[in-house]
Amino acid sequence: MQNFRVIPLLLYRNMGLYKSIKFDNYTYIGDPINAVKIFNDKEVDEIIFLDIESKEVDSDPNYEIIKEIATECFMPICYGGRISNIKQITKILSLGIEKVSINKKAITDPKFIKSAVEEFGSSTIVVSIDVKKNFWGKYEIYTDNGKRNTKIDPFSFAREMEKIGVGEILLNSIDKDGTMSGYDIELITKLTSSINLPVVACGGASNIYDLKNAINKGNASAVAAASMFVYYGKHKAVLINYPNQLELKSIFL
Amino acid sequence: MIIILDYGLGNLGSIQNMLKKVGKRSVISSDKDEILSASKIILPGVGAFDTGINNLRKLDLIEILNYKALTEKIPVMGICLGMQLMCNSSAEGTSKGLSWFKADLVRFETQMGLRVPHMNWSYTKILKESKLFENMPDGMKFYHVHSYHIANKPSESILESDYHGYKFVSALQNDNILGVQFHPEKSHKFGMILLDNFVNKI
Repeated sequence: MQNFRVIPLLLYRNMGLYKSIKFDNYTYIGDPINAVKIFNDKEVDEIIFLDIESKEVDSDPNYEIIKEIATECFMPICYGGRISNIKQITKILSLGIEKVSINKKAITDPKFIKSAVEEFGSSTIVVSIDVKKNFWGKYEIYTDNGKRNTKIDPFSFAREMEKIGVGEILLNSIDKDGTMSGYDIELITKLTSSINLPVVACGGASNIYDLKNAINKGNASAVAAASMFVYYGKHKAVLINYPNQLELKSIFL
Repeated sequence: MIIILDYGLGNLGSIQNMLKKVGKRSVISSDKDEILSASKIILPGVGAFDTGINNLRKLDLIEILNYKALTEKIPVMGICLGMQLMCNSSAEGTSKGLSWFKADLVRFETQMGLRVPHMNWSYTKILKESKLFENMPDGMKFYHVHSYHIANKPSESILESDYHGYKFVSALQNDNILGVQFHPEKSHKFGMILLDNFVNKI
């Protein structure tokens, strides 16, 4: 039976949950622990929790909040944010998280990813890439919350990550982020046809048909969304929501 | 006392969290005396097969685990890599497993268009009744994360999982010894009921 993960992605900064548009215009959504509790009650497939607080390079992840979240969740959680050494990953896993998502460090130090895979196994290490299309239609990887263009080609980078042994790629479209205008199917298709790893597509979802497209047309293994699961109605009222099992089943059959 | 065996691999905190939720105290330990007095043991683990066996060996725990599982016959459950270590061998490594199950592990065949690792919720089918599955609601599914799975259908098979049509055995039971490929501690109500059954009914 076909079955795909549908994943709320939560952005954490400033002690709260925020939602962005094109990696900018951050809007306060609410209390992270409360949101995670609601998602847990709704039996969501997984949660991706990204700490996007900009801090000094060497600061550790916020273990307090990670621990609180892990204790509330009886589902898979992927944590990302400020991971730069093995000790931090060990600590995060010990708190009850099973996957970590690494973003900038994967680009600046692929050797670190290699040692993380050797230490924790492929399935624990997710690499997330933030991608933007340039004026000439070429996709490029950005870092620092979409502020710095690395000019790196996301597809060859993902192939390199696959060779190193990464377990999954989290693909974010900066252009689509928060727009609720559907996924960038071209980007997703290009990535899924470049590698054989599971790809989690993110950016642009507004309804279950968008999810279906990313899976059926883009060949994504999982779909993540933020706005869709925290906003409700055309005035974008904040309301935590998630499709029920019947709705989900109907789109994947 | 329920012991969650700590051999340096895997996410032990979340198993303990869920046991707490079903009202059972547990201890995360690699201490031999504690393990000797255990009434139940959970063998968790995420990582490579050889590393797992080597870690058990380095901590000098294999003999004591054999004693608890095979002689004393207390309930022991392996989760993910923990289950794999209870088998004979794995295509992932060269070490010999604990051989409590007459089973071997093979890698998913990617030729079938499957992406590996299998990181997904999978629906399941019961192959043989077990107390582990008592009171399960309909639509039993579990969260799986793995690249290797049990080959064929060993005589101890009790559950089968379905990865986009690719079916493989995902739980084994030999009397007091149980193993599940998936993560009950991350599988919402289904996992909670399964762990509850393990601690209260087996």
